[in-house]
Amino acid sequence: MAHDTTEKIRSHAEHEFLKKRRSAEMRHQMTSFAIMIFLTLIAFTLVAAGFSTYLIVPIILLLAAVQVVLQLYHFMHLSNKGHGMVAFFMFSGIFVAFITVLALVTIVWW
Amino acid sequence: MSSLAQKKGVGAVIWDYMTTVDHKKIAILYLISGGFFFLIGGVEALLIRIQLMKAGNDFLSAGLYNEIITMHGTTMIFLASMPILLGFMNAIMPLQIGARDVAFPFLNSLGFWLFFFGGIFLNLSWFMGGAPDAGWTNYASLALASEGHGIDFYALGLTISGFGTLIGGINFLVTIINMRAPGMTYMRMPLFTWTTFVASALILLAFPPLTVGLFFMVFDRMFGANFFVVEMGGNTIIWEHLFWIFGHPEVYILILPAFGIFSEIFAIFSRKRLFGYTALVFATILIGFYGFMVWAHHMFTVGLGPTANAIFALATMIIAVPTGIKIFNWLLTIWGGSIKFSVPMVYAVAFIPSFVAGGVTGVMQAIAPLDYQLHDSYFIVAHFHYVIVGGVVLAILAGTHLYWPKMFGTMLSEKLGHITFWTFFIGFHMTFFIQHFLGLLGMPRRVYTFGADQGWDLFNAISSAGAAFMAIGVIVMLINIVITTVKNVRVGNDPWEDGRTLEWAIPSPPPFYNFAQTPLVRGLDTYWIEKMEGNKKGMVYAEPVGDIHMPNGSILPLIMSFGMFVASFGALYFQDDSKPWTLAVLIIGLAILFGAMLARSLKDDLGFYIKKEDLIEDAKRGGNTDGSK
Amino acid sequence: MDLNKRYTAQSWPDHPETATLEGKNKFVGFWLLLAAETITFASLFATYLALRDRGPSGMEFSSSGLFELPLVFAMTMILLTSSLTSVYAIHHMKNHNFKAMQAWLGITVLLGLTFLGLEIYEFNHYVHLGFGYTNSAFSAAFYTLVGTHGAHVLFGLCWFIALMVRNSKRGLNMYNAPKFYLAALYWHFIDVVWVFIFTVVYLMGAIS
Repeated sequence: MAHDTTEKIRSHAEHEFLKKRRSAEMRHQMTSFAIMIFLTLIAFTLVAAGFSTYLIVPIILLLAAVQVVLQLYHFMHLSNKGHGMVAFFMFSGIFVAFITVLALVTIVWW
Repeated sequence: MSSLAQKKGVGAVIWDYMTTVDHKKIAILYLISGGFFFLIGGVEALLIRIQLMKAGNDFLSAGLYNEIITMHGTTMIFLASMPILLGFMNAIMPLQIGARDVAFPFLNSLGFWLFFFGGIFLNLSWFMGGAPDAGWTNYASLALASEGHGIDFYALGLTISGFGTLIGGINFLVTIINMRAPGMTYMRMPLFTWTTFVASALILLAFPPLTVGLFFMVFDRMFGANFFVVEMGGNTIIWEHLFWIFGHPEVYILILPAFGIFSEIFAIFSRKRLFGYTALVFATILIGFYGFMVWAHHMFTVGLGPTANAIFALATMIIAVPTGIKIFNWLLTIWGGSIKFSVPMVYAVAFIPSFVAGGVTGVMQAIAPLDYQLHDSYFIVAHFHYVIVGGVVLAILAGTHLYWPKMFGTMLSEKLGHITFWTFFIGFHMTFFIQHFLGLLGMPRRVYTFGADQGWDLFNAISSAGAAFMAIGVIVMLINIVITTVKNVRVGNDPWEDGRTLEWAIPSPPPFYNFAQTPLVRGLDTYWIEKMEGNKKGMVYAEPVGDIHMPNGSILPLIMSFGMFVASFGALYFQDDSKPWTLAVLIIGLAILFGAMLARSLKDDLGFYIKKEDLIEDAKRGGNTDGSK
Repeated sequence: MDLNKRYTAQSWPDHPETATLEGKNKFVGFWLLLAAETITFASLFATYLALRDRGPSGMEFSSSGLFELPLVFAMTMILLTSSLTSVYAIHHMKNHNFKAMQAWLGITVLLGLTFLGLEIYEFNHYVHLGFGYTNSAFSAAFYTLVGTHGAHVLFGLCWFIALMVRNSKRGLNMYNAPKFYLAALYWHFIDVVWVFIFTVVYLMGAIS
């Protein structure tokens, strides 16, 4: 149970570089957030405008999926280094989640 | 912590086990409580067989019979088989990967105590107005109609113990992902570690649907919800789906660790490297994956339609392929080996035909039209007892013999072990083989008696006699354990002399820090490699002797579990108007739970260090100490 | 591990949440828990979809007429924004700026409390319309799904508050950095679930 990490003090230049990189990353996060808000607006507008159900349902489900991908990959950093195993388990979870939903909307016997 | 070895009184030992976070002690707790529930489930099985011994028997009433079959199934699956296997995983897996402990020692202890209190809660139903009586599958249409509180005990008890199992599963996964010793790549992990890994993944993914289903059951029965109440718009098929989405992977949660134990045994007692290690690993993963796509084969007769039945029938048959791969690999491991028929090996060899028989009847039932004939008959009973007793229970008995020296430092008697094996093995086939034919003759399962004119008398009598043999086998095993413990003849690191993996390179039982120095793993069967190269120490070290960090023990896991236990009584009687105290009990229980959780979060727990000097001194004494933490 | 060890922005590791073995364990274990939570919520969603609009004969409630979309829109915006503010908090955690992190967490908590307040108002409103928990299979499925999400919000808020209060005096160290990181992950996950709730329950309900 190693608790201690070997301490590494960054040089000034390295530190400045890292700070810049983090700020750039933060701007990306703002962009993702703007996209999420935009997608949500589209979804609510579509419903309020009263288009055909068969048109709206696939579109809003797709919008939801895009939002979730943004959350997982940008806000939760699922694509970063060291996330390989957790991503595998997350996708296994999504797989089981998918077949559970599929089963209960198709083969529940009324 | 100047002296690691101390003599302690009984009270101190009990307190030690109540607060321990050491994976080896938690393993012993799992083994003892799992064994206790195994005996209870066994007595229930005997009562069933006594009732069915002859036609028209009135030994048990119909209602009591329903309670006993329900509790027999539930106890054996949730409270006996799974905990005992979790015990072996706890005891052996960290040693096999060269870790000093599991990833979350505190949660490990919490997982055990949740299981323990859940099991006690469930069994208290016997004394508090009747046990659950809707079968271990607890189908909603039966369960909602059940009088009394039996079903409530089932739903709440399994919820509690289910949380414990989920925590255990996450803990093992993280341990294997993060805490393997240097050089221990995934493809060098012993098979038992691999099966622990896949079984834990199944626990992680399969327990949530069960928990949700049980919650629906709790809310329907205790808080007036209508998930399964048809006249209020509910649907009982939802319970069946949720239960079996969990239930089928559950079967693999049980059988995969059993496969792991047998894989270890075949390699050790054939004195040969496992044949087709890679194929065995991928077959294990494939079984885990397919395990999630076959659950509806338990529901063929529900009326899901021919398309759904065809898909699930096909998926079910495909599972036979990776399982067959495993069987052939084991046979080829034995082939040409220098075989030693010690007790574990005898079990392993007996397991192959027994399990294959259960597998073949499984493929028969995968054929949906045939399943319409076999459904709810004794053929099904025979089938699942062949896989569970012929696979899981034989593995548990074999594993107990194999790992007893590693866990307790003494060897179980070979002679008594062989007696147990033969009585149990003969009894098992006698009890269940004949049930195939009872099923084909039309005897339904879960019915408390049968008529003298139905022609089932002789076969049922034979079946009951077999159960007596199994009981004798288990009693001999208990005697064996008592004699061995009293004699207390200590054994060395590698009592089977042919150990291949890291756990056999360290003392039996290991010191509480497992490895004074983290080992460097140089290949599959790492201890065997070192032995073959004449390395007397049994391993190569990856680090010099240094201070070791260890976690502190804690009583909080027990308190948290007790809080849930108390809260469950509040929920259980919530709808009884005669008991106004229920809400208060519910709140008190939850307050205990959340109070303990808060105490855990607010108090820093940084563990302690074993000093280098103590380790060196300890090594001089043989490293065989029982630490006080 | 020395709790009193002081870090500067320059000695603070690039990924403090996984810099120790304990942090790494917590990180992997927590993601695994989220995978299990995904299935938990999927089971609840699946049940909701199976039981939507199902009730005793003559039930007057249906998903197309019941839900208050403007309120749901406001709740969605609030929760999405709180997800961004927690991203800011972790941004400052990585820069070893404790005060800024606490401030952004404070904003996150306020937004979360607003969300929870609106949800309680919403439930209360439906109950007053006669749509009680025991009313029908539909109501049970609806309240259980959305209520479980609400319980997660409540737990997340308690978690944030406990972390903020506990560490207010001592600042960031290797012991609590993983905890802050995981609490933020949990908060994002709550948002992920809500995206599906507003899409599947409210929007698809309104047009069914």
